[in-house]
Amino acid sequence: MRYALEDALKNGAYRDAATELLFQLADDDFILAYRGSEWLGLAPHIEEDVAFSSISQDTMGHAAMFYQLLHGLGAGDPDHLAHARPAAERKNAVLLELVNGPGTYLTEPHYDWAFAVVRNYFYAQAKKVRIEALKNSSYQPLAEAAVKVNMELYYHLLHWKTWFTQLLSAGGEAKTRMAAAMEKVFEELDGLFSYGAQGEEFTKHKLIDSEDALKARWLQLMSPVFESLDLKMPEKFAMKSGNGRNGEHTEDLQTALDTLGEVYLFDPAASW
Amino acid sequence: MLKGKVIEALQSVKDPEIDSVSIIELGMLEELEITTNKIVIKLLPTFMGCPALDIIKSNVIKAVSSIEEAGEVDVQFIFHPPWTSDRVSEAGREKLKEFGIAPPPRHIEETGEWQADCPYCGSTYTTMENLFGPTACRSILYCKSCKNPFEAMKPVSTLM
Ligand SMILES: [Zn+2]
Repeated sequence: MRYALEDALKNGAYRDAATELLFQLADDDFILAYRGSEWLGLAPHIEEDVAFSSISQDTMGHAAMFYQLLHGLGAGDPDHLAHARPAAERKNAVLLELVNGPGTYLTEPHYDWAFAVVRNYFYAQAKKVRIEALKNSSYQPLAEAAVKVNMELYYHLLHWKTWFTQLLSAGGEAKTRMAAAMEKVFEELDGLFSYGAQGEEFTKHKLIDSEDALKARWLQLMSPVFESLDLKMPEKFAMKSGNGRNGEHTEDLQTALDTLGEVYLFDPAASW
Repeated sequence: MLKGKVIEALQSVKDPEIDSVSIIELGMLEELEITTNKIVIKLLPTFMGCPALDIIKSNVIKAVSSIEEAGEVDVQFIFHPPWTSDRVSEAGREKLKEFGIAPPPRHIEETGEWQADCPYCGSTYTTMENLFGPTACRSILYCKSCKNPFEAMKPVSTLM
């Protein structure tokens, strides 16, 4: 059965599961869009600066839409949900919260472009798989949102795949740094596929396909790319720094939220 | 008729980034509900993160509120059905070209690649320079015939 908003509001267990899933979707896009915005002015060249900020803007737009859906389910004010929730309540994957590299936006940023490319490419592909599954979600408003997100995501994926392929075909330092970046991303990648402690509720209510199904689909789509670049897919991924879906996070998230919160708490009514 | 006046008012609201093309010509209007004391206008955003949405909303309210018989004006952005680039009208496509922007191509290769004709000389001999242009909905291409860089509106379809 397909649930409209009114149906979801009448069924407590269903509403809770949909809310939990939406927090994961919203928080993932929100924190990665924030990390992307920190790159402004620092990308390898001006065209990339334009492209990356455009992608981050789209991604923040997706987060805003998911927070809006949460608002509909009674989770609270969308601006508050985005800016004022403490780290322990955040449901994003740890991979997406990690800093871009040493330094900060204001003081000597030495950001790692290889890490940006790998993280964004792997995420864009995972998001694509997830959004495809969400098109068939039992929650009608989410299925509709997925159709819209999918069309924009298409371009993001194309963009990051191009960077990934080019840097790995370049050899030399690029290849070494990409290898190091991939190692770092694989260490947290399982956290991106996890649904956390309440994941069984998602599949029970047919909100989305299982973790395993999505991960298998990701591997299936990545394999030809890896093969063409002579890369080896690890047997297993890890979740070294904890499961963000259960509210476990690194210091990096807290620092980011402090920075974001300063602006928001200063003027909660300001439009963003 | 009030409806006609509302459409006329909406026709006067332009995309803040391409000020010759109206939101009607871009295919953003999805629904218009007119009751005795309220006008509800449902618009489809072209791209979700579009920073111009707030401006469009306030311009719509301004334009429609200026109609004498209009009561309360409510503008909503909805995303179902999704906006797709084939919603741009023929008039919209012509005006984009006049503005120096190639209209969204109607054909996309299976690989996701697409081509747009040069809005200046009409040549098909063009190359993609940057998929992401100055705004979310545009890309930058280069015409090898008249040697001009130009922008094209990205094709967006549910088939992607
Ligand atoms: Zn030309």
